[in-house]
Amino acid sequence: MATALALVKDAPFTIGGRTFGSRLMVGTGKYRDAETMVQAIEASGAEIVTMAVRRVNLGASQQDGILQYLDPKRYFLLANTAGCFTPDEAVRYARLGREAGFNEFVKLEVIGDQETLLPDVAGLLRATQTLVREGFKVLAYTNEDLVAALQLEAAGVVAVMPLASPIGSGLGLLNPYSVRLIKRRLRVPVVVDAGVGTASDACVTMEQGVDGILMNTALAAARDPATMAHAMRLAVEAGRAAFLAGRMPRREGAVPSSPLGGMLD
Amino acid sequence: MNDTVSVVVNGEPRAVGRGVTLLDLLRTLELDPRSVVVEHNRRIVRRPVLGEVHVGAGDAIELVHFVGGG
Repeated sequence: MATALALVKDAPFTIGGRTFGSRLMVGTGKYRDAETMVQAIEASGAEIVTMAVRRVNLGASQQDGILQYLDPKRYFLLANTAGCFTPDEAVRYARLGREAGFNEFVKLEVIGDQETLLPDVAGLLRATQTLVREGFKVLAYTNEDLVAALQLEAAGVVAVMPLASPIGSGLGLLNPYSVRLIKRRLRVPVVVDAGVGTASDACVTMEQGVDGILMNTALAAARDPATMAHAMRLAVEAGRAAFLAGRMPRREGAVPSSPLGGMLD
Repeated sequence: MNDTVSVVVNGEPRAVGRGVTLLDLLRTLELDPRSVVVEHNRRIVRRPVLGEVHVGAGDAIELVHFVGGG
């Protein structure tokens, strides 16, 4: 792996002034147990891990907090505002996450529809404006919509996170054209968040030229999360390398690979 | 004389000693102040001053931490 990577001439992956070695970011939700989660995260090679802010369970004999399993010195903790349906709620969770997580980065979600968990872009933009004023570095989970992405960039986000398909759906990259367009038009990093289901989805997504991918359910809901995490790591690297390499043009007809001359009579 | 006041902690009513601080409350709940974030009447109270902020009747207190999420 090290040999192969050394061949790839890639720019560093930098978000909000911080540089990361892995373009794969992973969530920490929905694992069957903490040990499985830790193994999967290690196998993924991710440095950035997302987590949610929730009430401490006061009735529990053993605490369900996640930091007992993940070393904040080893991983970059990215708080999310998952489950928030209004800008005010998302801002409140972002502030709590900043206190809990030792950094000013937040993965901002303002959900607009319970069934599809699609983002409320107007609410997202309002919450972004507030948080940017307060010094947050916002990574905004949004639709694969160019205009929304441009508005978020103008509002000062450090990364735009268009979805591949709805959260937890595993449907893969439904709109490669729009994601490519967003990547082409934005200056801030574009990290596809949500919807990747298996390694080929991750590879195709990275081949669009985006800067990274964030996934959770694809790992947590795999039969063997650590092995899927390994596959995703390879797929993200493969897709990135293929993008950098520049693919051959598509042709409708065949073009022989072997010489036409020199054939026997 | 009633030596307790009623507050709401994580959405549940709870009686606490009159004049206790947020740090006292965490100790009563056997929570490590380093592992929770405290929101007191919608304002975040940072760890170093938890022992200086007193809890009053009707206060809303939220005790949160990181859990698994995507």
